[in-house]
Amino acid sequence: MVKQASPLEIERNAGDFAYPETHTHDAGIGLTEKTIHYISDVKEDPDWVRQFRLNAFRIFLNKPMPTHWASKDLDAIVFDNIRYYLSGGTQPKRSWEDVPDDVKRTFERLGIPEQERKFLAGVEAQFDSEAVYSNIKKAVGEQGVIFVGSADGLKHHPEIFRKWFGKVIPIGDNKFSALNSAVFSGGSFIYVPPGVKVKHPLQAYFRINAENFGQFERTLIIVDEGAELTYMEGCTAPKFNTATLHSAVVELVAMKGAKLQYITVQNWSNNVFNLVTKRGLAHEEAEVKWIDCNIGSRLTMKYPGVIMKGRKARGEVLSIALAGDGQHQDTGAKMVHAADETTSNIISKSISIGTGRATYRGLVHIPKHLKNCKNNTECDALLINATSRTDTYPAITVRGTGNSVQHEASVSQVSAEQIFYMQQRGLTKAQAMSLSVNGFVNDLVRQFPMEYSVELKRLIELEMEGSVG
Amino acid sequence: MSNQSAVLDEVAESVSESGPAGILGGPPERESISPGWFRDQQRAAWAEFQSLPMPVRKDQAWRFSNIDALNLAPYSGAEALAEVDRHEILDRSTELDNISGRLVFADDQFLGRDVLAENLRKSGVIFQPLERALIEHEDLFRRHFMSQPATLGSAKFAALHLAFVRSGTFLYVPSGVEVELPLETFHWLHSDRVAIFPHTLLVADEFSKVTLVEHFRSTARNRAGFSCGVNDLVVGPGAKVTYISTQDWSDSALSIQINATTVARDASALNLHLGLGGKYSRLESLSRLTGEGAHSDMLSVTVGEGMQEFDARTLQDHASPHTNSDLLFKNALDGRARNTFGGLIRVEPHAHFTDAYQKVRNLLLSDDAEANSMPGLEILADDVKCSHGATSGQVEEEQMFYLLSRGIPAAVARQLLVGGFLNEVLDRLPQPPIVAKLEALIAQKFSRR
Repeated sequence: MVKQASPLEIERNAGDFAYPETHTHDAGIGLTEKTIHYISDVKEDPDWVRQFRLNAFRIFLNKPMPTHWASKDLDAIVFDNIRYYLSGGTQPKRSWEDVPDDVKRTFERLGIPEQERKFLAGVEAQFDSEAVYSNIKKAVGEQGVIFVGSADGLKHHPEIFRKWFGKVIPIGDNKFSALNSAVFSGGSFIYVPPGVKVKHPLQAYFRINAENFGQFERTLIIVDEGAELTYMEGCTAPKFNTATLHSAVVELVAMKGAKLQYITVQNWSNNVFNLVTKRGLAHEEAEVKWIDCNIGSRLTMKYPGVIMKGRKARGEVLSIALAGDGQHQDTGAKMVHAADETTSNIISKSISIGTGRATYRGLVHIPKHLKNCKNNTECDALLINATSRTDTYPAITVRGTGNSVQHEASVSQVSAEQIFYMQQRGLTKAQAMSLSVNGFVNDLVRQFPMEYSVELKRLIELEMEGSVG
Repeated sequence: MSNQSAVLDEVAESVSESGPAGILGGPPERESISPGWFRDQQRAAWAEFQSLPMPVRKDQAWRFSNIDALNLAPYSGAEALAEVDRHEILDRSTELDNISGRLVFADDQFLGRDVLAENLRKSGVIFQPLERALIEHEDLFRRHFMSQPATLGSAKFAALHLAFVRSGTFLYVPSGVEVELPLETFHWLHSDRVAIFPHTLLVADEFSKVTLVEHFRSTARNRAGFSCGVNDLVVGPGAKVTYISTQDWSDSALSIQINATTVARDASALNLHLGLGGKYSRLESLSRLTGEGAHSDMLSVTVGEGMQEFDARTLQDHASPHTNSDLLFKNALDGRARNTFGGLIRVEPHAHFTDAYQKVRNLLLSDDAEANSMPGLEILADDVKCSHGATSGQVEEEQMFYLLSRGIPAAVARQLLVGGFLNEVLDRLPQPPIVAKLEALIAQKFSRR
């Protein structure tokens, strides 16, 4: 089969480059209490943050690797070979002109044109650890929306920041949330005041640039009563020879009646361990929705969750995973019902190609004496090659009467009849396969913002070209 | 659950108090006519039991299980039964009307049997206590005895079973022989705090057909006891095996039952488990499909109430292409009953053209009942059709209203609806006389309240 020269291949390799490293602050390799103090010193942390970090570090050391249930591949992470903090030493920039030229070039290679900002309310891009560029359109700022780096958030808005920081995801939630809590830098802090509906999605791009450098961003988003926000996050990373670790913590808080949508397109290069803890807290009648799309990385372990704390709160996770050769996408969702009349919905679609492995891991918990709680879970897996693998591991707990839960999962192959039909109409096998696969995820992709759904469709086409014929 | 460590400490204390009289002191040295290889295996198993750790809550295979229930210290091996008890128990040991044969055990002792029909014996069917099969059919028995390792969490308890096993059922059906009427066995827990180790080995040779119904019961409703059983079913090419177990231990009993069914080419196996009694009852059931055209049905009905806990772990292991399996577990839970289901469909590489289904449905009848479901899939081949579903819900108000409006009392209406819910499982068994007995056992449980 002749490979088409598609514009995609350029995009696919867009992240595959690196610029000379000129970091003014570098915490060096390995992790000790010294590293923590170094990070705190450079970032001029308030004392409570320093103590928070040291406490988290101790918890991190005491927690075992979760290999009794998770992939043994985690043992390949050597914590002593990782850099935990790098920074250009520059303050976050507010205007495009101040952004260093090589960083601008990075954005260009990634296909983030300046014009795009016109469509986006603000761009918060993270280059290595620090936010080097931060801009919110005037209109949004005037509405009282705060959109800054998490370091800024904790310095300038402690009254909001401290109240929720580490409350949705406690330090000791898991080994990697503890690690993040010890060494976090970068990430976003967003506060949307009551009643403000942010029209355009806010967006941030993350990149890893230095070899062996783990990125530990920390994002906290608070949407106050009746407010609405959509946040988008996308990642690419240069390809390196040694494994890189990305371990973020993202906490969302939706106050009464608020609506918060968090969209991720994860496309790390195939040597990255992507171990992320994401959880939202939904108060009365609030809605938290995660749209999570995992395409890249070597091993992703990510189970976005929603704690439905107030009556009639709603949680939703829509997840697409594409596991290509050598990749393991271990994704899923966590739904904790903690009030009456709460509803949750999980829809997961995964595609395993070549030696790829896609795993759905889910948790649904409805404790006793709650009434009229509902959960719906649907997991569909598609296997492309004989060497592909898929797993489903849900855990569902329901107590008491008055609640209903249903879980369904199916595993199938691309229908031979469909392929035959399309080939008979003159399509190549690869084209037919990618059409069929795109059809499989179409329901979900349609819920993505336009530019993401287009990119996703192309990525699937590209993956399919390599897997057949 | 929160004071888990405190409870564990208590367990540790009571273990040290119990002394060598209990089963934790090891199997008794007794005169035995068992072959040397068997005694060697038993000694090795005891060493293995001692070396393996007790399950902890963090083990995936024991997730959601109340492992505090697994305190074995209070239980001891059985003493010889009094003659009067033997007779009384034998008299109580009938369930099915038309059978080919029956074996009765109480406190791990063989009490007696009803004659196997003459024509079956002539055709080579063996249906006898394990201790005799060990000697009379040593080669056949040895080839299949404990040949499947316990992989669903209870390796330690399988070792305990092997170390202590002294009685049970051996059933062999030769090639081409079809046993028309079912065979029946009884295992009774009788003495206070007795530990028993019921064993069943069923070997169905090529193109044979047989149905075995086993009843696990206590002679008194509140007496404590511990049963650690293993039943292995070996289904040869083209054979058809139906295996039914009814578990109605006392409400204070602790039980662990480990099942392994291997299904060869073109063979089919149907397992149906009825869970009614016991305080903590764990069932580990493995169906391994080893040849093309193999089929396995795994069915279970559980009715829980009070403080009962049921814990089921299953594996549908597709080791060959063109195999199919179908699992349906239904649980009706009242009072503070808990049920845990952990199931896995595993399709091994190259096991293409697999069809595998798994369905768990929980009916919660009270505010304190709890259902945990972990339906899992591990698919390593691509040309497969697999699906699973898990639901938890309650009696539908509309249906209830309909029955009430017809003048049916609430209690009866509820029982009717629960019965209807469970019937979907029982209806899969194409043997009406046995289905009727199972329904009667379920009704008996409801009437006990």
